[in-house]
Order: sequence, then C-alpha cells, then structure tokens
Amino acid sequence: MSALLQVEGLTKHFPVRRGILRRIVGHVQAVTDVSFAVAAGETLAIVGESGCGKSTTGRALLRLIEPSAGSIRMEGTELTTLSPARMRQMRRQMQIIFQDPYGSLNPRMTVREVLSEPLLLHGVATPATLQAKVAEVLGLCGLSSFHAERYPHEFSGGQRQRVGIARALATRPKLIVCDEPVSALDVSVQAQIVNLLQDLQRQLGVAYVFISHDLAVVRHIATRVAVMYLGRIVEEAPAAELFAAPLHPYTRSLIAAAPRPDPAAGRAKASVEGDAPSALAPPPGCAFHPRCPVAVERCRSERPELRGIGPTRVACHLAEPATDRALPRPLDADTPLARRLAVLAAARARKQEGTAA
Amino acid sequence: MAAPLLSVEDLRVEFGVDRNVFPAVDGVSFAVDRGATLGIVGESGCGKSVTSLAIMRLVSVPPGRYAGGAIRFDGQDLLRLPESRMRALRGGRMGMIFQEPMTSLNPVYTCGDQIVESLKVHSDLSARAARDRAIELLDLVRLPSPAKRVDDYPHQLSGGQRQRVMIALALANDPDLLIADEPTTALDVTIQAQILELMKDLQDRTGTAILLITHDLGVVAETCDEVVVMYAGTVVEQAPTAALFGDPQHPYTVGLMAAVPRIDVAADRLATIEGSVPPPWQVLAGCRFASRCPLADDRCRNEPPPLRAIAPAHRVACWHAPIDGAAA
Repeated sequence: MSALLQVEGLTKHFPVRRGILRRIVGHVQAVTDVSFAVAAGETLAIVGESGCGKSTTGRALLRLIEPSAGSIRMEGTELTTLSPARMRQMRRQMQIIFQDPYGSLNPRMTVREVLSEPLLLHGVATPATLQAKVAEVLGLCGLSSFHAERYPHEFSGGQRQRVGIARALATRPKLIVCDEPVSALDVSVQAQIVNLLQDLQRQLGVAYVFISHDLAVVRHIATRVAVMYLGRIVEEAPAAELFAAPLHPYTRSLIAAAPRPDPAAGRAKASVEGDAPSALAPPPGCAFHPRCPVAVERCRSERPELRGIGPTRVACHLAEPATDRALPRPLDADTPLARRLAVLAAARARKQEGTAA
Repeated sequence: MAAPLLSVEDLRVEFGVDRNVFPAVDGVSFAVDRGATLGIVGESGCGKSVTSLAIMRLVSVPPGRYAGGAIRFDGQDLLRLPESRMRALRGGRMGMIFQEPMTSLNPVYTCGDQIVESLKVHSDLSARAARDRAIELLDLVRLPSPAKRVDDYPHQLSGGQRQRVMIALALANDPDLLIADEPTTALDVTIQAQILELMKDLQDRTGTAILLITHDLGVVAETCDEVVVMYAGTVVEQAPTAALFGDPQHPYTVGLMAAVPRIDVAADRLATIEGSVPPPWQVLAGCRFASRCPLADDRCRNEPPPLRAIAPAHRVACWHAPIDGAAA
C-alpha cells in the first residue's frame, strides 16, 4: 500500500519555562513517537480523552504546530523540512476543519471572501471563474449560492460548520484533518454533518484524519482507529476490529464507558479509576498502569512497545489475541423505533413527490 | 399516592423588552417524586436550562420574566416565595450542579472554604465541625486524600475532581432535590461514567431526588426513571424511560433517537432531522416542530397539539400520535 500520508516517530514536546530567566524546567510530552499511515480516500480516526495529544497530532501534521521530531511524508514529500513557501503550497493538498466554526471564521468576511482566498491563493480559480467555483463548493456542502453574501454570524451552528467544510474543500485537498468537527453541534445537526463528510468522501475521494473523543461517531465514520493515551498510540486497528475485539485495557474501558441510548443495555461501567496523569511527568513503564485494572509488576517498569496481533497494533504487555468478539448488532427492522422511522421516511417521500409534481 | 416533591405546572418564562418578548419556556408541566430521577432532554435552545434555572428562581429578571404557572416544591409555590426564603432553600433543601465546575466554583477560595460556607449558612455547625463535615463530604464523593484536598483551590484539581467538589457542595445540606444541569458534558467519557455512578450511589444512600438536564440520550437511558423531551420551549413527549426508548412516539423523539450514532449498532447512514430549530421569537401558530416534520399537515401548522396520554404515564404532544396508525 502506498500511503497518502506517512507519519513516523512524530513527537512534540512543549518546553515549560519558569523564573525570571525563563529557564526550561521540564517538557509537556504532548505527543511522543507517533507513527501511522493514511491511505487515499480512507478515514483514520484518532480518539482519546482530553490531553492525550490528539489535537496536537492533527495540527502538527499541517505544521500549524512545529513538530519536535519525526517525519511526515505527504505523497512522498517530506513536510518537516519544507520551506515556509513550499509548505504553503503543500497546504493546497492538506486542509483542516476545526471544532468551533465560529472561532475559526473571520467575522468580518462574507462567506464569498472566506472561500475566495484559498481559491485565488492556490490558483484553483481565476477572477473570471471565481463566481462559479464558489457556487460549486457551496453546493457540494449543501449551501446555496445566496449564502455567499452572508457573514458567519448569520448562520446556525450546523451551517457554519458547512462553511468551515466548504473552505477546507475549496482547494480540493487530498487530505482533511477534522479536529472534533461535530462535538459542538446538537445531535440532529451532528448527524447531518457526519453524513455530509461521508458523502464528500465518496464523491471526491478525500481522506480524513478524524480527531474525536466520541467513540460512537468514530465507529460510524472511521476506516481505521488509533487510540491515544498520554501522547502515545496505545492501539491501532481497522474500525470493525477495534470495536469487536479491543485488545488494550484502555480501549476496552473507553468503549465500556460510552453511554448507550438503550435502557435495556444496562449501565456503562466505570472500569477505570481516577484521572489521567500529567503529561509533564508521565508515569514510568506503561503510562496507563496507575489506572489499569489488570496491571502487573512488569507494567510499572517497562514501557510496552506497539506490536502486531492480527490486524491490530497494540502497546500492552498482556494483550493476547481476542477469543470472543462483540459483533455489532444490525439495526433491527422490527423495533418500534425502526417502524416509526419508516413511517416518517415514507411521509417525507410522499411530500417530495407532491412538491415535484 | 403521595404528592410529588416538585411539580412544575404550566410554567412560562419570557425574555425580552417591550414588544420584543418571546417565551423561552412555554407551558411546561412535569413532576418529580421523592427519590426519583427525572431527565429533561433536548437540544440547544429547547428551554431545558431555563426551566432548571426557573426552579431555583435564578433566571435574571429583567430581561427574563416569570410569566405564568407555578413551581411547587413540597407544596409551596416557589414563584411566590420571598427572596429570603428562596435563599434558604438554595443550597439547603435544593442543591444544584452546573456543567462547568471551573466557573461555578469561586477561584479565590479553597474547596473546603466553599463547602464550609454553605454548611454554616444553612446550619449552626461550629467552624471545626463544619470543616470535618467538609472533609467527610469530599470523602463521600471519593475525592482522593480529602483531608489534604480540602485546602486546595479549584484550579489545582482536574475537571473530574472539580465536578466531585461541586457535587459535595450541592449535597452539603442533605438536599431533597438535586438539580444537575449537564453535569458530565464537559468531562471525558471515563470520568463521566465515574460521576454518573457516584450520583446514583449517593441517591441510593441519601434518597435525594434528581432532576437531570442533558442533551445526551445515552446518559438519560442509563440514569433516569422518567424522561421529558423538550423542543422549542415546550414538552413534546413524556414517559417512563423504558417506555420512551421502547415506544418513542413524537416524530422529534424518533428523529433524535435515530440521529444518535450507536457504539453497539451498525448503520450505514445516520437518520437526520431536516432543517433546524426555529428561533424563539418566530411566532408559530401550530406545532413548533411542524416545519421539520414529515407528517405535518394543515392542522399541525395551525393548532398547537395538546400533551395527551396515549398510555398510562406516556404523554405525547402530536396530532398524529400514536404514530403507527399513520402508516396505513
């Protein structure tokens, strides 16, 4: 497999300075030795809790944060050594969508101006074709051309995220880093945006690095999943595999802790105690051992390396090939919920026929 | 049957000045029994937080206004109580937990001082005894090494620990009712599971009733006995938890449940609810969900549907309920 994006040993340590001489007294080890690959047109999800380094990883990929060490190759081009000018050109291929579309759109620019900048800067459009290009990108994202004259504050949260996606998509990148793109949205709007991202991927073949803390969304959208804990990847596997047979105790507890909207499913288990330790002084050995329900002596002293078990890479001394698999239930067509959805869908279809006729 | 601990009756809360007045909460009724957990679920702007603030009488007036209805807590109407009596209830028999513990704890006092203050306002404990009780409370919410943490400032704690302190503070005076407004929304999922488990344990031990405000159907399914679904300031459906999830009736409830991606169910594509919530100042004659509802007809657009029972304890505000009948 020739990967679109190949990341090796990516590391970002932020220095912590104290005192009047601003001496470096330590490092926040935000991201340490992270390696993964993203193939064209697939979605790699990076999941983990706050402070695990997933957002730093996403930003370092575009060099919005300069990595301390490691290599990032996009279609074979090493990014970490590119000049700023060459890096800017490279960003035509790599874009980013942020969590808060209101904070990431300039409030004084209309949507047309927001979209025109990357189009002209990267020579995707000429002043003559600009109008058509803007309308085309808006259409892709489910917006109308009259939206182009509006300012960000005139949109609802979901529409603003559509504008954020349109901006990222304007230069037709091959890779988009999505940093918690649906976390700030209401459930019904979140579903619209998730569907839009999936449609765009099918239509344009764009690859996503999808950063999220929400495992249910990740299971839905990801091809592969990397789980991060305290700056390192602790498990990486194809999405179906990860959710059917999670091998790392941390992955297992993340999945167990996710609440299920089904009273019959029983209560989520709080299987880990306490909080994640500080990234300023990660514990020796396996960083997860203070919270791990199955840790043994070896875990306290020796850091487990990522190793392959079947299609999974896992960093745990105790991980063994799974014996049982929790297969996802197909959506049961005979629940009242499914029946009612069918009623609503039928009514919607009738209504659309009515307006078309 | 005993009277409920809290009953909200036809509550209406308005915001605005002069002619630009709109209702954020429009005719909401529900009741919470002693020791029970009631969930209010809905998306941004549905009025769930205003409802919870109104129960504590914390809506700022103006621009807010209690425009009608009653909130009966143990028989007395909170909307008619003098402010001094209300102050005695808040933090006393009614505790409250907010979403963001960093902004609701005072950053310049230690966690212990804040609990001690609440204890001394509501009881005649000595300083010594109040401090001991504060440590006991921090231990109760399973804050590690409480005797040391009692002197920590809020910024020295993690988000989950701060929320534990908030819960200790809310429980300080053995409240009959705990109002929790998105108590775990800002927390990581493993911490969320710990906090929800803690709240459930404490409820079993102290018998406090909980009013849980959330947007998360998963949290509702795991913690609540009964659920109220709100949309654009009104209650659209109300049922015991098992009935709501087993037999959702309102098109909005159905849409909401189908839109949630499930960690345990495979689906190709998420169902969506078209459009978005109408702004509260938009005057709508009929059902507020009509503009997004595939079943909407002329009656829906012109007459607001009343909340009516379709089964014991299961009430729906929809002209088309029960929905299955519409399939034919």
